[in-house]
Amino acid sequence: MLAYAAKRILLMIPTLLGVAVLVFFMLRVVPGDVVEVKLRGDGGNVSQETIEMERRRLGLDKPLLAQFGDWMVGLVTLDFGKSMWTDRPVVEEIGTRLELSLQVAIMATIIAVLIAVPLGTFAALMRDTWVDYLARIVTIGGLAIPSFWFGMLVMLTLLGLFNWLPPITFTPLHVDPWTNLVQLIWPAMAVGYRYCAVVARMVRSSLLEVFNEDYIRTARAKGVYEKLVIVRHALRNALLPAITVIGLEFAFLIGGLVVTEQVFNLNGIGVLFVQSVSRNDFTLLQGLVMLVAAFYVVINLAVDLLYAVFDPRIRYR
Amino acid sequence: MLDVQPTHDAGGAHAAGPDGDRQPLLAVEDLHVEFSTDAGTVRAVEGLSFSVDRGEVVAIVGESGSGKSVTALSIMRLLPARSGRVTRGRIAFDGRNLLDLDGEQMRQIRGRDISMIFQEPMTSLNPILQIGLQIMEPLQIHLGLDEAQARARAVELMRLVGIPDAERRLGQYPHQFSGGMRQRVMIAIGLACNPKLIIADEPTTALDVTIQAQILELMKDLSRKLDIALIVITHNLGIVARYADRVIVLYAARMAEQGPAEAIFHRPRHPYTMGLLRSVPRIDRPGGARLETIEGLPPSLAAPPSGCRFAPRCPYRIAGCDAQPPLVATDTGGLSACVRTAEIAAGSIAWARAAADAGAKAQVAADQPLLSVRGLTKHFVVSTGLLGRAGRVRAVEDVSFDVRPGETLGLVGESGCGKTTVGRLILRLEEPTSGAIRFEGRDLLRASEGELAAMRRKVQVIFQDPYSSLNPRMTVGQIVGEPLRVYDLAQGDAAVRARVGDLLGQVGLRAEMAVRYPHQLSGGQRQRVGIARALAMEPSFIVCDEAVSALDVSIQGQIINLLEDLQRAHGLSYLFIAHDLAVVRHISMRVVVMYLGRVMEVADRDALYREPLHPYTKLLLDAAPVPDPTVEKARAPRLITGELPSPLAPPEGCVFHTRCPLAGPECRQAVPPLREAKPGHHVACVKA
Ligand SMILES: Nc1ncnc2c1ncn2[C@@H]1O[C@H](COP(=O)(O)OP(=O)(O)OP(=O)(O)O)[C@@H](O)[C@H]1O
Ligand code: SF4
Ligand code: SF4
Ligand SMILES: [Mg+2]
Repeated sequence: MLAYAAKRILLMIPTLLGVAVLVFFMLRVVPGDVVEVKLRGDGGNVSQETIEMERRRLGLDKPLLAQFGDWMVGLVTLDFGKSMWTDRPVVEEIGTRLELSLQVAIMATIIAVLIAVPLGTFAALMRDTWVDYLARIVTIGGLAIPSFWFGMLVMLTLLGLFNWLPPITFTPLHVDPWTNLVQLIWPAMAVGYRYCAVVARMVRSSLLEVFNEDYIRTARAKGVYEKLVIVRHALRNALLPAITVIGLEFAFLIGGLVVTEQVFNLNGIGVLFVQSVSRNDFTLLQGLVMLVAAFYVVINLAVDLLYAVFDPRIRYR
Repeated sequence: MLDVQPTHDAGGAHAAGPDGDRQPLLAVEDLHVEFSTDAGTVRAVEGLSFSVDRGEVVAIVGESGSGKSVTALSIMRLLPARSGRVTRGRIAFDGRNLLDLDGEQMRQIRGRDISMIFQEPMTSLNPILQIGLQIMEPLQIHLGLDEAQARARAVELMRLVGIPDAERRLGQYPHQFSGGMRQRVMIAIGLACNPKLIIADEPTTALDVTIQAQILELMKDLSRKLDIALIVITHNLGIVARYADRVIVLYAARMAEQGPAEAIFHRPRHPYTMGLLRSVPRIDRPGGARLETIEGLPPSLAAPPSGCRFAPRCPYRIAGCDAQPPLVATDTGGLSACVRTAEIAAGSIAWARAAADAGAKAQVAADQPLLSVRGLTKHFVVSTGLLGRAGRVRAVEDVSFDVRPGETLGLVGESGCGKTTVGRLILRLEEPTSGAIRFEGRDLLRASEGELAAMRRKVQVIFQDPYSSLNPRMTVGQIVGEPLRVYDLAQGDAAVRARVGDLLGQVGLRAEMAVRYPHQLSGGQRQRVGIARALAMEPSFIVCDEAVSALDVSIQGQIINLLEDLQRAHGLSYLFIAHDLAVVRHISMRVVVMYLGRVMEVADRDALYREPLHPYTKLLLDAAPVPDPTVEKARAPRLITGELPSPLAPPEGCVFHTRCPLAGPECRQAVPPLREAKPGHHVACVKA
């Protein structure tokens, strides 16, 4: 098991290197660079000389391969460079936002799983009754309604009922937990709805499948209490495929919350992504892509390891 | 003659014999079960009555779909809740009607008083729970044992069912057990609470003959020792003959006949039972003669015939059969649902033999072999688990044999012995590790592309599972016509259609069937389509890989006859791969016995079955029960023990020495070569 994990971790390196190469060259295909946006962005009349100087300062005048080499050396030494726009280190730029995005993702996951597992289970147990139909309506809603739209709905409701508006600045958890939670619970719920819908549907369908398995019939034939049949025999098997879905959704939440972040006035990774794209801030963008890629790879590994924990067939084969 | 209403406690009164006044343990009365399906209501069981006494072994036999499993599940009250329901009848167990109990009362009976063993050992245990927990569950739930007591009892149970090293294996998971071991675990679970009745639904169908014999022996022993009544559901008449006291024959949801085992086998009174017994190939009788079969197919339960269910296939049918025949008592102490029972008993009507016996086997040209295999070896490199350690499965090791034109060569052995791999190597679906395969004198491993293409057409295959080997989105006509177009064997649509019709006719299907899809056919019909597709290429050699294993007895007989007819008509050669020794005896001219990838013995069919030389062949033949209770009950308990070793690490020297009763130190030294012990009889054993 440990050896397996070590091997998988080593295998992550080539994957991430591949991503690095891809993202670097794909960005350079895009016309224009950060300097033009920065200095000529609002139609300002800046001399060519100034622009060249700025380019030289940022290293953009070097040949492409040299730039690539610099970046790779940086990557290996875990130095992601500085933002071309703000001049602050990429790590710092991402760091403050990552805390927020990660917290939203974790909260959304907790909310979604806590609701989705019972919801999916009851829908499966009471298949084709009103419980199931209700669950189906709720989950289809979650899939059909875009999270940001749902987020706006939540916002408007909060505004109407409590006259609450999201604060302008982010209060980290360790500074003031209460303010922090009040601020983040709503966006977490807004994205958690879709998340919950996906997971609940997965739980329902895989539970229905498991109920047709021979070993469930065996458990009943042994005279096992129905509750035990459901929890011990069926649910544990049915949750395995749900783990995969949870992992993928979680990774998505790290970088994909662009509009929801804007709706709730949050300065997270999603917003940063949009900003750096519009500013052609290559170094920052590269750092962001690497971060999200790393998240996907790590979560994939975590899902596989969890599988091994839950499923002895994988553990011992 | 006594007329018995099916609603009476019919079976019990007869079977209980001297104890007739004692209440039977289980009395099923006038049971009716229905399923709602898309195709309408299916009456899966109709008016079934029978009883089981304490300690008695009752067998339920019948073709697939005749209602055997549904009967068992009804007794357990485990019918699929959404679609199945008991519409009429009583199931009295120990004086209580199970159908009146509420869910909780029924739960207390399941696993405590009645337990059930299912057919599929591979899927019947929960894959993510430890074996120990699964055995301990009923002990803790029904008997209220605490953890330690339950664990001790589980170890005891595992020893009882012959699982060595029980303490350690308690913590293991199902995938770490072989099929036979899992079925032992299922039996341990079934026995856990000392039930009064065990229902075993095809308990050994998925297992190899030698393992099957061990499991059945074990079940019979234990049920005798512990006075447990046993209902064995099976389609294997040999098993019935060996183990059952009484037999119930179902046909299309109704009881055809029931009676003491001796009577059912020696003096059957229902035409269906008679036909069934005639259509099984017998391992204890020389093959050669054509099998008698029951023509036609069982009726659909969605729209069954109104009178006698068997009438469309019955050679004795008369006008009176249009009304549903009542169950009548037979002279042999049983019941039969046939209006002509008395005439059959009196012997005044004889079984109408199938059309003229087609005579001797096809002629074998003795000269040059059509196919010749030399030193064939195939190793698979497998990675074992997360750490990716590579292992080497020795699937086929140094196998040599010849098949002559017009000959059928049988290839038998337990699962995993490499039979199928040999077939796949010959079909070139797999690359051999070493060895030579010559077809019509040409070396297939060095053949050019063109030669290979020609040979691919001449060498065809028929698979075990007719369903998965036919494309579900193609009609029968397209399936059979495809090779005609690909190989340009018929020009133009009209010619293809005519040829397809001709091929379907040859395999006994009507030409109209061409427009149907595979799912609209029965298993036997699908197998016929598979044969027609193979024939379309005008092959000279067909690999039949378990071609009749998935079929019911009466259908199996039809397909075997068909294969033999086609052989005679077209001079075909077959490599007939099967685990059923009786079928192989019937159809083959020579037989190769394999074990763990190696050939143990090769001989003419009758020589092999009459005087097997290799200890493994002897045990294999001994393990297969024959459908004759007199022979079976006189027979000593089965000898073979132990499990198949892993092909990843086959034993040194003679691969069979771990299970061989004759094994001595010399057997571990070297692999015994295949030598000719008698003319034409080769054996790989130092002591034979
Ligand atoms: N869940 C179900 N839904 C609809 N029909 C069913 C269901 N289970 C069984 N049947 C039907 O009931 C009839 C009897 O089935 P059953 O499983 O008892 O056959 P069997 O005698 O056990 O056959 P086999 O030898 O193949 O196991 C068949 O026609 C089958 O199609
Ligand atoms: S009742 Fe008639 S058709 Fe049915 S089995 Fe008897 S003779 Fe045959
Ligand atoms: S060689 Fe030895 S172990 Fe092998 S079959 Fe013969 S007697 Fe048995
Ligand atoms: Mg069945």
